[in-house]
Amino acid sequence: MITKEDVEHIGWLARIEISEPEKAEYMEKLNSVLDSFEQLDEVETKAVPPTYHVLELYNVWREDEPLESLPQAEVLANTEHKQEGAFRVPRIG
Amino acid sequence: MAAKWMSVAEVKQQILESSAEELTANYLETINKSKINGYITVSDKALEQAKKIDIEGLKGPLAGVPIAIKDNISVKGLPNSCGSKMLKNYIPPFNAHVIEKLLEAGAVILGKTNMDEFAMGSSTESSYFGPTLNPWDLERVPGGSSGGSAAVIAAGEAPFALGSDTGGSVRCPAAFCGVVGLKPTYGAVSRYGAVAYANSLEQIGPLANNVSDIAVLMDVIAGPDARDSTSAPNAKPEYQAALKADIKGLKIGVPKEYFGEGINPGVEKAVWAAIQRCEELGAFWEEVSMPHTKYALASYYIIAMSEASSNLARFDGTRYGFRAEGETWHSLISKTRAEGFGAEVKRRILLGTYALSAGYHDKYYLKALKVRSLVKQDFEKALGKVDVLMAPTMPNPAFKLGERLEDPLSLYLSDVNTVPINLAGVPSLSLPCGFTAGLPVGLQIIGKPFEEPTLLQTAYTFEQNTDYHNKRPPEVV
Repeated sequence: MITKEDVEHIGWLARIEISEPEKAEYMEKLNSVLDSFEQLDEVETKAVPPTYHVLELYNVWREDEPLESLPQAEVLANTEHKQEGAFRVPRIG
Repeated sequence: MAAKWMSVAEVKQQILESSAEELTANYLETINKSKINGYITVSDKALEQAKKIDIEGLKGPLAGVPIAIKDNISVKGLPNSCGSKMLKNYIPPFNAHVIEKLLEAGAVILGKTNMDEFAMGSSTESSYFGPTLNPWDLERVPGGSSGGSAAVIAAGEAPFALGSDTGGSVRCPAAFCGVVGLKPTYGAVSRYGAVAYANSLEQIGPLANNVSDIAVLMDVIAGPDARDSTSAPNAKPEYQAALKADIKGLKIGVPKEYFGEGINPGVEKAVWAAIQRCEELGAFWEEVSMPHTKYALASYYIIAMSEASSNLARFDGTRYGFRAEGETWHSLISKTRAEGFGAEVKRRILLGTYALSAGYHDKYYLKALKVRSLVKQDFEKALGKVDVLMAPTMPNPAFKLGERLEDPLSLYLSDVNTVPINLAGVPSLSLPCGFTAGLPVGLQIIGKPFEEPTLLQTAYTFEQNTDYHNKRPPEVV
């Protein structure tokens, strides 16, 4: 059961600002979905290993050789907030 | 000449008789008159690209053939919005692997198609750019999330298209719009340049007017790619070589759980008629049981939402895309994400964050991964006995716009027959197999990993012996 405090907590973890009236709506909608997930409790899975993905691939590496990167101007082309070849953001705090 | 509803072979013939430029111009004219809102962006470079191909002398297997691309697959120089305000103005500086392959083959990119925001949905209604309408009935949804890609084919606004399928997003709109769609085996097609939603589940897949064109497209886009670490190293089959009209002796399994409670009787009837048609053509069918099917939906949604909460963390307004005003770093990011994402995307990120958070990880995420193993085992057991499985793609035909918008659960329930396939990573093709109340019904053919050729051969045989793929929606453009 997701409480109002939980909504505030996961909103902070996910960095999504949630207004006061939205909190009640999220509680209702998230709980209705979460209730449907409870159905999995009836499945016995003690001896079952998890499947993270379906291919039997491990440690896919390439040769440690530098490849060409995008030119700096192209990397910065999608923002107006740039300065001296870097992204500009407000101070942390 | 109206550029509508042509197969790739017909398109190529048309190009020989006129030019790639003229053919592309015809499609652009059709798109211009569209009533269905299938494209988010129409490429302003398409004509120029077609002209260049004419001048260079039609090189490559798709020389001058136009294609539509879902708006979550990066095309250099065209916006890649993912149906979201967040990426409305984002222009990728590089091409996805599949786009490189298409351009090498000579294809002309017509534009970017509408989709549920970040591919999260089954109706294309959560797009920031408004819903796409179903060409068969403009009051109904085209399915989703690749709704634009399926609808533009059904409306004659592109001969074929690419979509992506995380839990049914190619097959659902293919079924609702009466076109063919393939979700390849996980790893068969590189995801490099596709914007990730749930990367352990999704694949880029082709949509087309007929089965042959799906094979044509797979021959171009499939195969290993070092830039996608989950790209399978398997040698790529020749997909078009599988287009043989013969299913004598084919063993079909019919999973009874896929005909469960709530299935539309018209859908059930059309799918059984298709299975019987296959029997007449020399195949055998038997009922099989896949007991964990009913748990697939919850397992899928927990995994997809958990992966989404991590994948979508990159959208923070600092490097590209939408940015809100904020005094500090944290407030800028929190406001950007609050204003840039739509309601369904935020719900999924929040639930995914919850499922991964301290104290709940084992109860939800780990549990879902274990249930995923059981669902996958169901497929291994069933496909150990038969060559393919057949079932309805969707339990119902296209529903009305707005009908399921307010209740996320009712929308999730319609994915009941498509999500188990993504959990197991097996290939699955949706093919038109009839109509109910004037709306198309999709037959889902599911196969063993990397056995797309068997699916194509089965679907091709059915298509050669039926006429559903030649049925067109009433005039919509």
